[in-house]
Order: sequence, then structure tokens, then C-alpha cells
Amino acid sequence: MARTQVVTGQVEDLHLVGLTKRFGTMTAVDALDLTIPAGSFFALLGPSGCGKTTTLRMVAGLEDPTEGAILIGEQDVTQLRPYQRPVNTVFQSYALFPHLDIFENVAFGLRRRGIKDVKKPVEDMLELVELGAMARRKPGQLSGGQQQRVAVARALINQPDVLLLDEPLGALDLKLRRQMQIELKRIQTEVGITFVHVTHDQEEAMTMADTVAVMNNGRIEQMGSPVDIYENPRTAFVANFLGQSNLLPGQVVGREDGVTVISAHNATFRIPTARVATDGDSVVVGVRPEKVTVRAKDRAGDLSGRNVLEGVVTDASFTGLSTQYLVRTAWGQELQVFSQNLSADDIVRLGDDVVVSWDPIHSFGLDGASDLHAGMDKELLALQSGDEPAQVG
Amino acid sequence: MSTPTVDRAVAPFDPRDHVAKKPGAVVRGLRWVREHIIGIAAVLALFYLFLPIAIVVIFSFNKPVGRQNVAWNEFSLDAWTNICRDPTICESVGVSLQIAFVATIIATLLGTLISFALVRHRFRGRTATNLLIFLPMATPEVVLGASLLALFLNLGAPLGFGTILIAHVMFCISFVVVTVKARLAGLDPRLEQAAMDLYADERSTFRYVTLPLVLPGIISAGLLAFSLSFDDFIITNFNNGTLVTFPLYVWGAAQRGIPPQVNVIGSLMFFGALAIVVIAQIVGAARRKK
Ligand SMILES: Nc1ncnc2c1ncn2[C@@H]1O[C@H](COP(=O)(O)OP(=O)(O)O)[C@@H](O)[C@H]1O
Ligand SMILES: [Mg+2]
Repeated sequence: MARTQVVTGQVEDLHLVGLTKRFGTMTAVDALDLTIPAGSFFALLGPSGCGKTTTLRMVAGLEDPTEGAILIGEQDVTQLRPYQRPVNTVFQSYALFPHLDIFENVAFGLRRRGIKDVKKPVEDMLELVELGAMARRKPGQLSGGQQQRVAVARALINQPDVLLLDEPLGALDLKLRRQMQIELKRIQTEVGITFVHVTHDQEEAMTMADTVAVMNNGRIEQMGSPVDIYENPRTAFVANFLGQSNLLPGQVVGREDGVTVISAHNATFRIPTARVATDGDSVVVGVRPEKVTVRAKDRAGDLSGRNVLEGVVTDASFTGLSTQYLVRTAWGQELQVFSQNLSADDIVRLGDDVVVSWDPIHSFGLDGASDLHAGMDKELLALQSGDEPAQVG
Repeated sequence: MSTPTVDRAVAPFDPRDHVAKKPGAVVRGLRWVREHIIGIAAVLALFYLFLPIAIVVIFSFNKPVGRQNVAWNEFSLDAWTNICRDPTICESVGVSLQIAFVATIIATLLGTLISFALVRHRFRGRTATNLLIFLPMATPEVVLGASLLALFLNLGAPLGFGTILIAHVMFCISFVVVTVKARLAGLDPRLEQAAMDLYADERSTFRYVTLPLVLPGIISAGLLAFSLSFDDFIITNFNNGTLVTFPLYVWGAAQRGIPPQVNVIGSLMFFGALAIVVIAQIVGAARRKK
């Protein structure tokens, strides 16, 4: 047993340096460079199969990296066995020991490190996850949500430098999931340990994490605070995977005063140059559906200074909170518009000729070579593209 | 199960039709059979399985006329109070128990190790081993017994306890491997990974997670090996030399007439096995309740 003493208080940054994992010829994790600050709630977000679990398993020591290194603070842990690392994991399937009761499951890590007096810490930990009454039950007798909390308690009690959570809420129903998100966030704030939370649920990542890294095909596409990556997506994948986006490919016709002017489909669009992710002349103009206003063409009002497009409403669905429109442009593209139900005057109807417009500061520009469907919800994509074969990046 | 729908298709649906009518006696009878068919089948199957055992137990209380214990004569506890009247019976039981005990330990130990190797490691010859391990189960016992005898004779090995033991370990191993392998294959590897993640080194992981989870499989493999060894006749008959095991004794006695003591020993074995199962169930239930 390498670690006999828990180091408390002194939590360290986690560094991944050129971390790569290949299975045969398939690269699951591709030269990941990442620093996860001590004490942060870090979310690794990406579609299923993008290499999230593999990354976590390498950090835990359950998978050998093909290349690269893992450091905790100054210490290189790449070659250490899993039981020698100050890291604990909440497994995707919980992996609770079925032959041990809840108390012994939680006490497991302490006992293996030769700690004699486990009663108090285990009871405190069960209290923290509100399972004190369940101490003598077997895992099979608990509900999914309770098992999930046991898995968290079993890992947390060891006060690791880093807690790895692999889609810990994936098996729970929606209501319980929301509840557990708040719960986990509370626990993390309370204990101050670095949480690396893996999920494919963008809403979960954004509500819980301080920092979100969006992963795709074994690489980090973009990393930042939830607000930052939502408002300033740098790739089509991020623009589509986090929320939804309207994307219009175009050409740069001018750059002046910090504003880039782009022409697409005989219309011109303005984007703050700081929000354009490329220096090239081919740029995709993007805007989030909730940033767009839609007005009947004959009552459009003053649109000066805004980015403007014309179209016909082909779909309108009222959701109470907002109305979601599809507006078909002259060249056949369907734009999404989410409109808050502010006043009955604003409502446009199916078949109306409309003008959609948005403030240029809400535009973002992506590299013109992007696959516009990258990261899109596959079902949504199938809906939008009709019979065309779906091309998903 | 839904109620019978006899006359629904004819007329358009009218709820009143379905309230008033009572099904006839035949329909009710059929329905009763349909609802209880599984119970009836179970009772018949159990009857079929337990009838021979019941006969064995009943005739252990018989006082046979003459040598053959096949016709009921009169109730008696003679056989039960005087099991070892013919000392060779008890000697043969002793021999069988010894062989079964030692063979079980060796076969369970080796078989468990083989299962771990086959499930956990990729090595050259693994597929071949997987196949070969099945051979003793698939080969007719007569063939096994005869070829083992030929082997022992060629080697000049003296027939007796040792040769019987070797033969029993050989065929028991296959069953142990199959049983333990099934249990191991069903063991989620993430449990062991979780243990490693929670500061258990390889040895502690085996001791506190792997072994407790595989143990039920190992125990049932052991019990299976024990009963296979205890009642083996064919292979033993080739390789026993002059040593007489219980099945061989029964076979020999059958020529002259089987004494009711054999029924007593048979009954004891049956109730012994039953007791083990019942105790295991009770202990299991108590542990779950705790
Ligand atoms: N042990 C393995 N052998 C071969 N391929 C694997 C193995 N583990 C994962 N992969 C592959 O690596 C890719 C990434 O897997 P994973 O990290 O589990 O993705 P995620 O957790 O993001 O869904 C997948 O394509 C998966 O099929
Ligand atoms: Mg995964």
C-alpha cells in the first residue's frame, strides 16, 4: 500500500500532457493537452465514443496511455498503479461491491490503506450523502439514485486530489438527474476537491461545471466557462453540440474598425472581428436561435445596424415559454428562431413573409471549411434534411 | 392472462353482452387447467424425479424375505440400527469418502486455477486448452476407463487408491472448470478495477473482491466434484485393482441380493445433501435480512 496517509488541504492541479491512447489503429484519445486547476469543477463534454471514458481511465491508471504523461502537481503519475494514485473514480455503472453492505463499500478504501478507525468517517460520509439509514443494506437493495450516492461517498471518503466521475447520472431519470446535479455541485463546493465530470449531456455540463471542455474524436475542440463557449463557439461542432446554431457560409468582403463584413446569398453580415475564429476569407456566419428576432415583413420597423434576412415561416410551435419558428430563406435553408412570447403583436403566422434580424455582436464567425452539420443532434438533422443522407462529423 | 374471447368477433362490441353471460362448465374447466397448467406440470415432474428416491428410502425400512430387497415384507429398523453388519459396506463407504474428499480438493484447486488462467489471460494454446478441457466430459466413460487402464498397465503402476484418485481428479477437473469459468465470466471486471482504484493492490483485490464473488461458484464446483467422484462406477471399475468403493460394492452385492443397508446409506447421502442445501438457504436468507 503506497499511500498510507491522506494529504488533506493541499489539492494539486491535474496536467495531461500529449496524452494519447490508440486501440490498434484507432485513436481513441488524440494528444490531449489539458490543465485542470485544483478545486475546480471540470466537465468533459462530448458525444458518445469521443474518448471521454478512455481519458478518465488513463488518469485513474486503469488504462495505459500509448503516449504522453499525467501529472498531479509536480508528480508524474503515468507509471503508477491505480492504487498508488491520489485519484478516485465514480464509475459509469457505479461498480459497487455486491457482496459488501453500504458501510463496508464506503469503508473499503480506508481499510485498504490500513486505517483502523473507520466508523466515524464512514458515518460522516454517509450523512453527507444522506444515506445514514442505509448503512447495513446491500447495494442491490438500493434505488439507482441511492447507489449513485454510495458510489460518490465511496470515492470521496478517501479525499483524493482528483475525483473522476464517468457519466455518473446517466442511468437516472430526468427528475432525479436534475436533483443529483445540484447535490453533486453542493458536495463539490463543500469538500473543495477537483471534480472531473464526464458527460454527453450539454445542459448537465453547463449547469454544473466551472470549466467545460468540449471533446470530439479524441480531441478537445474548445474549452472555457459555460457562458464563454456557449456565446463564442469557435467550431461548428461546438456551435451545434452546445445548444443550436444557424450557420450561413459566406465570403469576407471587408475588415474594418474591428468589424468583419461577410457576404452570403446576396446579403451582407457584420461580425465583430474578435468573434471570428479564422483569418481566412471563407467564413461561416453563425447566430443562436434565441438571439434572432422575427417580424412580419410589413411591420419590420427600423433594422439599421442589424444583420437581416428575409424568408417565409414554414413552422411555428408554441411551447409556452417561447415560440419556435422555422423560417425558410430564398435559397431553401431553414433558420431556427426562438422568440420569447412578449406581446401578441410579435406573433407571426405560418406562411407569413418575415424579416429575421439580429444584433451583429451576437454573430460569430467560423472557419469556412467547417462541416456545418458537425455535432448536430442526429434526429434533428434527419428532420431538417428530409431525405438527404445524414452526414455527421 | 385475458379472459376467453369466444363470441366477440361475431357482433359489434356491446359491453352488456360481456357482463351478463357466465361461461359454461367446459369453458370454466379449461380455464382452470390453463391457469394451473404450470403447477400441474411441476407436480408431475417432481413426482417423476422423487419416486425412485422415495422407493430407496422406504425400502431401507424393509425386512426383506430372502436376499433380494425388492418386495415389501415388514417394517423394521434393523438396517438403520446396524448399518455395518457387513463390515465391507462401511469399509467401501470409507474408501469412497476418502477418494471423493481428496479428489475434490485437488480437482477444485486445479480447476479453479485453470479457470482463472482461461478467463483472465490470453496465452498461446488457450483455445486448445478450452477445447481439451471439455474432452473428459464428452468422451464415453467406458473409453476413458479402458484407456486409463491401458496407460496404467503400460506404466506398471499398481492399481488401487492412487489410480482411482488420478482418474477421478481427471474427470472432475472438467466439471470444476466449466462451473467456475461461468461464474468468473459473469464477474464484472469493473468491480476489480474499482477495488484497485480504492487502494487495493493485486493481492487485496483478489482477497476482498474477486474471491468472495467467485466463491459460490467454487463451492458448487466442489460439491459437484464430490458427488461425481463418490458415485462413479464405470471408470473406477477399470482402475480399482482390488480396492472396493461403495458403487463397486453395490454392483457386487447386486449379484447376490442388495442388503437394505445399501438403502440406508443411499438415504443418508440424500438427506445429507438435502440438509446442506436447506442450511445454505437459511444462512443465505438470514444474511440477506441482516
Ligand atoms: N478496450 C478497448 N478496445 C478497443 N476499442 C476501445 C476500447 N475502449 C474504448 N474503445 C474505443 O475507443 C473509443 C472511445 O471510447 P470511450 O472512451 O469509451 O468513449 P466515451 O466514453 O466518450 O463514450 C470508442 O470508439 C471505443 O469503441
Ligand atoms: Mg463513456
